[in-house]
Amino acid sequence: MSVEMLDDGRKRIRAPLSDEDVRQLVAGDVVLVSDTIYAARDAAHKRLIEMLDAGEELPFDPTGQIVYYVGPTPERPGHVIGSAGPTTASRMDKYTPTMLQLGLKGIIGKGGRGPAVRESLKEHTAVYMAALGGGGALAALQIRSQKVIAFEELGPESIREMEVEDLPVWVANDCEGRDYYGQAVAPWRKNELLPEEFHLPART
Amino acid sequence: MAEVRDVDASKITEAVRDLCIQINYTIAEDMVAAVERAREKEESPVARQILDLLIRNQDLAAEGEYPYCQDTGSAVVFIDVGQDVHITGLDLVDAINAGVSHGYTEGYLRGSIVGDPVFERKNTGDNTPAFIHTRIVPGDQITITVDAKGGGSENKGRHAMLKPSDGLEGVTSFVLRAVAEAGPDACPPGIIGVGIGGNFEYCAMLAKRALVRKVGQSNPDPRIADLEADLFEKCNALGIGPQSLGGTQTVLAVHVEMMATHIASLPVAVNIECHAHRSGTKVI
Repeated sequence: MSVEMLDDGRKRIRAPLSDEDVRQLVAGDVVLVSDTIYAARDAAHKRLIEMLDAGEELPFDPTGQIVYYVGPTPERPGHVIGSAGPTTASRMDKYTPTMLQLGLKGIIGKGGRGPAVRESLKEHTAVYMAALGGGGALAALQIRSQKVIAFEELGPESIREMEVEDLPVWVANDCEGRDYYGQAVAPWRKNELLPEEFHLPART
Repeated sequence: MAEVRDVDASKITEAVRDLCIQINYTIAEDMVAAVERAREKEESPVARQILDLLIRNQDLAAEGEYPYCQDTGSAVVFIDVGQDVHITGLDLVDAINAGVSHGYTEGYLRGSIVGDPVFERKNTGDNTPAFIHTRIVPGDQITITVDAKGGGSENKGRHAMLKPSDGLEGVTSFVLRAVAEAGPDACPPGIIGVGIGGNFEYCAMLAKRALVRKVGQSNPDPRIADLEADLFEKCNALGIGPQSLGGTQTVLAVHVEMMATHIASLPVAVNIECHAHRSGTKVI
């Protein structure tokens, strides 16, 4: 079982994830990610897509896996990794539908996703999760091991296989099209203090 | 005639090196206080949890093992050189870049700079070159401020040449639009640097300089201070909150800098700093 329900309402997940697993993850859920994930960000995604276009085999099989958008700081001697929080996910929007088509089931980043990605998450039954943006030092403590598996020359942007233990994230976009960011802000907007163009539907 | 003071460029290299390391691990007191204030004022329970995590992240980074954020920023260096100073040894730009290189390498900080924006985008490895802003000022001292500027929030910066008829209302709307559209991508709660006036390039510089003011300190001009207070209230009324999960604390401060402008112009620039505000100053 790749999704474990914890007593406090949180859910622990381990890749590989099936469609059935992904359906249990709902926007707003707090999720602890454990075991293997793959680190890849801008330059690595560009390379991956180029490899696909050239008909080459990818350095890892995305089927059922989780990709973490991260470019860590260099590790100090005796440390597994440096700071390792998420980077802005929308920069990967261009590449994400292709990755999902290949069978990728989970993505961890920060910030919102465009409509094409949200649609693609529904189509391929996958989930986008946000980690604590800017919380790089805290994230490092959840990473047990890491090794570069491709594109070493990209430095912080190389692809890494990581073993993590209870990396905390929340589901931002689920496979039913729900958007946690979209739901979260409206109740706190104070229309009465703002010009009309910024008004949101009143709190319910 | 004033006495000319010789300053060896290695002093500049050393100051820049030390600042790069210091600011990435130890968040300055004014910023720590601003996050604590936000934690006290925040009304959303989820947002309070987020702010608690940010405070823990500050504490962990201050232990000196892990930088506050993995994006250890581009090195933005403001250097004010007294006109009675004579710099010896390396030339000024090389001295600053040597400091960045040493600081980022020896401090286990990430190289986040690519050598060109569109051709190869090859990482330079040591976070050089710095973005350097030099001013010649009275006196015989050198004042160096380094801001390690995160890319995610930098990407959400906005610049526009408004019409004079747009007035304050247009400026306010533009600032709010920038903050609203940045949403979670700019890692709120942060500092909003606003430049108003000048010309095209000066306006952007005003916004950048506004970021390195002591967090929450008002502009000395009372009219500008009032505008800052108004923008601060309105930005927080957006309800974006920490990590954009909803809340009352979207920004920690709004700093506005103004300058004279052309009769035809009303330039405005918004430069956003995330909660990973890493800035420090040394005087030589």
